[in-house]
Amino acid sequence: MGGTAGQQAPAPASLASAPSGLIDCDIHNVVPSTQALFPYLSAHWREHITNTLFKGPVDSSYPRQAPTTVRPGSTPADGGPAGSDLGLLRNQVLDPLGIEAGILCCAYPIDSLHNPDAAVALARAVNDWQIAEWLDKEPRLRASVVVPSQIPQLAADEIDRVGDHPGFVQVFLPVRSHHPYGSRLYHPMWAAIARHDLIGGIHFGGAPGNPPTPSGWPSYYFEEYAGMAQVFQSQVVSLVVEGVFDQFPSVRVALLESGFTWLPPFMWRFDKEWRNLRRLAPWVKQAPSAYIREHIRLAIQPLDAPASPRHMSQVIEAFGSDDMLMFSTDYPHRHDADAERALLATLPAMLAQKIRRENARAFYRLSS
Amino acid sequence: MLAPVQERTAKAWTRPALIDCDLHNELHGDVLALLPYLPARWREHVETFGVRPPAGGFYPRFMDHRADARPPSGRRAGSDVAFTRSQYLDPYHVAYGILIPLSPAGGQQNLELSAALATACNDWQVAEWLDREPRLRASMVIPFEAPDLAVAEIRRRASDNRFVQVQFSGRPQEPMGRRKYWPIYAACEEYGLKVMSHAFGSYGQPITGAGWPSFYLEEHVGPAQAMQANIISLVAEGVFDRFPALKIVSVENGFGWLPSLMWRVDGAWRLLHTEAPHLTRPPSEYIREHVYLTTQPMEEPDRPRFFLDLLDQFGDMTDHLLFASDYPHWDADHPDEAFPIHLPPQLQRKLYFDNAAALYGLRGRSEPAE
Repeated sequence: MGGTAGQQAPAPASLASAPSGLIDCDIHNVVPSTQALFPYLSAHWREHITNTLFKGPVDSSYPRQAPTTVRPGSTPADGGPAGSDLGLLRNQVLDPLGIEAGILCCAYPIDSLHNPDAAVALARAVNDWQIAEWLDKEPRLRASVVVPSQIPQLAADEIDRVGDHPGFVQVFLPVRSHHPYGSRLYHPMWAAIARHDLIGGIHFGGAPGNPPTPSGWPSYYFEEYAGMAQVFQSQVVSLVVEGVFDQFPSVRVALLESGFTWLPPFMWRFDKEWRNLRRLAPWVKQAPSAYIREHIRLAIQPLDAPASPRHMSQVIEAFGSDDMLMFSTDYPHRHDADAERALLATLPAMLAQKIRRENARAFYRLSS
Repeated sequence: MLAPVQERTAKAWTRPALIDCDLHNELHGDVLALLPYLPARWREHVETFGVRPPAGGFYPRFMDHRADARPPSGRRAGSDVAFTRSQYLDPYHVAYGILIPLSPAGGQQNLELSAALATACNDWQVAEWLDREPRLRASMVIPFEAPDLAVAEIRRRASDNRFVQVQFSGRPQEPMGRRKYWPIYAACEEYGLKVMSHAFGSYGQPITGAGWPSFYLEEHVGPAQAMQANIISLVAEGVFDRFPALKIVSVENGFGWLPSLMWRVDGAWRLLHTEAPHLTRPPSEYIREHVYLTTQPMEEPDRPRFFLDLLDQFGDMTDHLLFASDYPHWDADHPDEAFPIHLPPQLQRKLYFDNAAALYGLRGRSEPAE
């Protein structure tokens, strides 16, 4: 599988015809190994990692060789994980697609670490690594702060530490969390996110220690993969009902690698329940769909596209907003459908252009 | 909402008689109503130790039932077959009602108690509902977390064909496709019983994959997520290849999410199918054959046309949509006011009657009464 590493993957024909100035809001920069973080760790942690069985957190969100984790040609020649090589990212995505800005989403599973000191140390190391080895080397990139989200005050501290670095535009929040993210437990973290005017980037994955479904642990990865959409839905409910957008009116949230075709019927149901039960959450001043359209944006991959273009058009129309979708490659992950063919080429040109560039440019506050 | 009985009797029906696939027969006093049906050993146990579902996850609700559904006897709404008949079955042109009791039986930590309560609840259903009202059919309460005991109850009831399905709570201890539950599915397939999953109830899990929500409003959106996870599990574990005649009925979980779920699961399967080589077909095909859904709570899109779009996305899955009221709960759907559009006659017949008649083997015809 790694034999093609280092060669430039040919750009898919449909993408070559896309206008330049694409903004990619979900690119994975993968930590190649715990040793790669050593330059950014104290002597204590270098010794701890070297002399104990602790080798760093285990990432279960993306089985290393699964077809969805690795697209052909993205595994580096040195055998490191796909997504760990900036050169390959340039060759396979940034250059051929004419990416104007790419938002890095580092899914290093800080949230899986129950030892709070380890979580803090590794989060800091990952963020310093991101600055030195990605942001400083490639001006087209922006990045997401990784945080020990399991202890919201410590997450706030890390956001305060690095959140003003101009390269950080977002805080990475795995969608599977120990408590729903709207919980008051997390309000110190949202306060920090608001303070630094970052985006809460809620992303596929997470290892909080509790099961990914309401009925416990499923047997297959593909169940967790498909079922992750439901976790996003639950998180959106929590954010609105717990008043995160009322408490922190400037907060922006991105749903990344979440799918989007589920959103319209979800908004109908949520609005209906709010109409019935709004007296239980009186601080929620408008319909949930209004908050969602104002505060939330979604990356387009995976498309979860229907077979029928007519059905995709119905979904897009039912969004009731042209501002919500943002182009993403989700590099190096692999998807079933090509964004140009299955979505963008079927849309009116202005809407397609908003999705390719304008919506993310406005939402991430990227200068031209 | 529900008009007084006198006004209703004069109406000339323009819609078919309906089969209501979510009608609640409520226990007056909860488990107290089952005490007469329990053997002494379990009666004493319940009187001493009570019922013990996994604790920690109670949401003070809005209200249980419609205020106008309280019977004149003063008993709990939905607990009196005579009042259900006079307030709902007769005036609303109901041909059949599928009872779904919400009993504590399924989610007990003590599995033998679970089995005893299930038997008692089913005996109660026979005595106080099925034997008194021929339009009713029932969901068999089973101790689903103890499959051997559940199969015993299924065999015990199999000859009473007024039981049309078995009942799972919305969040059993494991995802519904898991092999733990396969003996139940085998027995259901053998006896032609459907497997019904009703919203809410849990074996100690929160209704999200990210911990416990804080508010009942959140919980009330949640059944959509819970049922989707169960459908994904049933498909992924090959339940529908193993039990090709099995039918699943999703009750009170909504239905607007179904098309996007099928698109997403198919997309995942196309890339990841080598993980589950026992699956010979795309997930959506299994769903199209085996999964049925009730209409309550009705989807209320921003515009009526979006409801038509949703039906378009359903395609021939509209054959799997079953009208349900959820009478007498506070958010029950009125049979004549619930749909956001006027359904064309053919679709009316299917949703109100024919789909459920075909699924449950109920006789009768769906033309409107004169």
